[in-house]
Amino acid sequence: MTTLSAPPMPTLGHRASRWVSRNLIRIYAGLAFIYLFIPVAYTFAFSFNDAGKSNLVWQGFTLDNWKNPCGAPQVCHAVSNSIQIGVLSTLIATVLGTMIAFALGRHKFRGRTTTNLLIFLPMATPEVVLGASLLAMFLNLRVNPGFWTIVISHVMFCISFVVVTVKARIASLDPRLEQAAMDLYANERDTFRYVTLPLVMPGIAGAALLAFSLSFDDFIITNFNSGIESTFPKFVYVSAARGIPAQANVIGSAMFFIALFIVIIGQVVSRQRKKS
Amino acid sequence: MANSKVSQDTGDLVLNRVSKFYGDFCAVDDLSLTVPDGSFFALLGPSGCGKTTTLRMIAGLEEPSQGTIQIGDNDITTQKPYRRNVNTVFQNYALFPHLTIFENIAFGLRRRGIKDVKTEVENALNLVELGHLAERKPGQLSGGQQQRIAVARAIVNRPEVLLLDEPLGALDLKLRRQMQIELKRIQMEVGITFIHVTHDQEEAMTMADTIAVMNQGKIEQMGSATELYEAPKTAFVANFLGQCNLIKAKVQSRAGGKAVVTAKGHTFEVPLSRVSTDSDSVLLGVRPEKLRLDDRGVNSIKDCVVTDRSFVGTSTQYLVRTPWDLELVVFEQNDEGLHDLHVGDKVSLEWDAEHTFALDGAQDINAGADLEDEE
Repeated sequence: MTTLSAPPMPTLGHRASRWVSRNLIRIYAGLAFIYLFIPVAYTFAFSFNDAGKSNLVWQGFTLDNWKNPCGAPQVCHAVSNSIQIGVLSTLIATVLGTMIAFALGRHKFRGRTTTNLLIFLPMATPEVVLGASLLAMFLNLRVNPGFWTIVISHVMFCISFVVVTVKARIASLDPRLEQAAMDLYANERDTFRYVTLPLVMPGIAGAALLAFSLSFDDFIITNFNSGIESTFPKFVYVSAARGIPAQANVIGSAMFFIALFIVIIGQVVSRQRKKS
Repeated sequence: MANSKVSQDTGDLVLNRVSKFYGDFCAVDDLSLTVPDGSFFALLGPSGCGKTTTLRMIAGLEEPSQGTIQIGDNDITTQKPYRRNVNTVFQNYALFPHLTIFENIAFGLRRRGIKDVKTEVENALNLVELGHLAERKPGQLSGGQQQRIAVARAIVNRPEVLLLDEPLGALDLKLRRQMQIELKRIQMEVGITFIHVTHDQEEAMTMADTIAVMNQGKIEQMGSATELYEAPKTAFVANFLGQCNLIKAKVQSRAGGKAVVTAKGHTFEVPLSRVSTDSDSVLLGVRPEKLRLDDRGVNSIKDCVVTDRSFVGTSTQYLVRTPWDLELVVFEQNDEGLHDLHVGDKVSLEWDAEHTFALDGAQDINAGADLEDEE
């Protein structure tokens, strides 16, 4: 029983629970980050493992893997393939997707709603199904799966993501800016070039980065349509049977840090722009 | 300096029977208008009256459903906006956020293929007194500064007609007053035709040589601020510009340059020149500051009661109820003849015949009242 006149002295348990309730959000955020980054940390740590054949057990620290990332057979060929496929499919998907986004975002035409819906379909379809159908299609057309069938498949599923990203940017664009450009003697082409495109550019750049990471990362569709050609995810999958070489961890960690670096640079630049 | 593709017409801007429909909705209804070359013209009306649509048709951002628009002898009705020698100051300025102030102002010049833009841009910046901001981006400027840059960006092109779409709407009152004077000065300096769209009657009266009052897609009345205020032709104009007392009345006779009208047993006189209808049913109008709290005049109402008073500095505003329960507004200047009445006091009203006007009695007596603050 507590009296109303004097507040009870806080007990240790009280204080602890108060501390928890005050810092609940921080604790939760900390746990969430740990959960998210444990795999990355694990990958990074094991890139320094003096692994030998199997990289499953810690054998001792070494820098050899980082000094010689191409040390494992075929790994650099696979990475170079992945980069080439990524760049090509990003370029094609970004150009095509941006054009579709402008058509959908700026023009009214018959079948626009249907197109909007159809654009979403590849994102909603299971990748295994897409991969298998694409392979069936290529075989029916008597095209041998290889480098170019991978590019075609990647362009196909990247386009949807590009369209959605760029369209969001176009939707947030104030139409009065384009009207102002027209009012200031810019014809349709100049308005697009000097006003619309520069303003939509951040959206296009974001879409391109997304497309590249999707393409670089893709395993399922690639596995169906690559024939004997290798990509980095496929290399990792195939070598998993015999033991993944530590070089895979090196390349994976490097990709992570490059991405992190790009994001940080982007943040710094945009912050400086706001300041100046 | 101009690109040959941009029309170089000079002369009056003429709208001839222009209409604009959006589906079944008629935004602008058979509008005819002549804006003299070099004048400061205001399109005044409540929101939704069609004034902005009219402006956008002149800019080329909308195409009229019917009618023609001309500058001088050149028909520009269907001309693309970038071919017209007309520039717009947009309501929210629409400065290009990715370009510096310098490049914003140079935009129109560059698109017309002018190579050396530096002097022109600097002159325009100096005209709006913001030369030191050339290298900033629009996001770093205050609302008032952005507004001036928008004016500079339009004026640097020396358009034949400059359109201003509620350009001061987003500014606070003090800045608005300052910019009104500023815009007037700039207009005098450059001598370009300004067409100013606004819902603020005070702004229109301060700045414009000629005001067209618009309502429901039509022009109600056009004239100088004084004409519109002192001799409105419709109840809408009477109520929309300032405050107005309107009394339902009947014309008894028209002779000797004056009309005699009666309302609820009272007889009033109006000069015939100030009667804008042939109908015998009229709305008798008189402005609040023309009413006096006395009973000697030709037009007077006795046995009224004060129902409200408020002191507003330069004057005291009274609400006075007539014997037939109509409330009239009276402004009394705060000088020596002050009456200092209180709520409940008996009072008489009087005013001069030449301050009275008579409008067609078939109109809504409240048309245009309490509309000006809508936006």
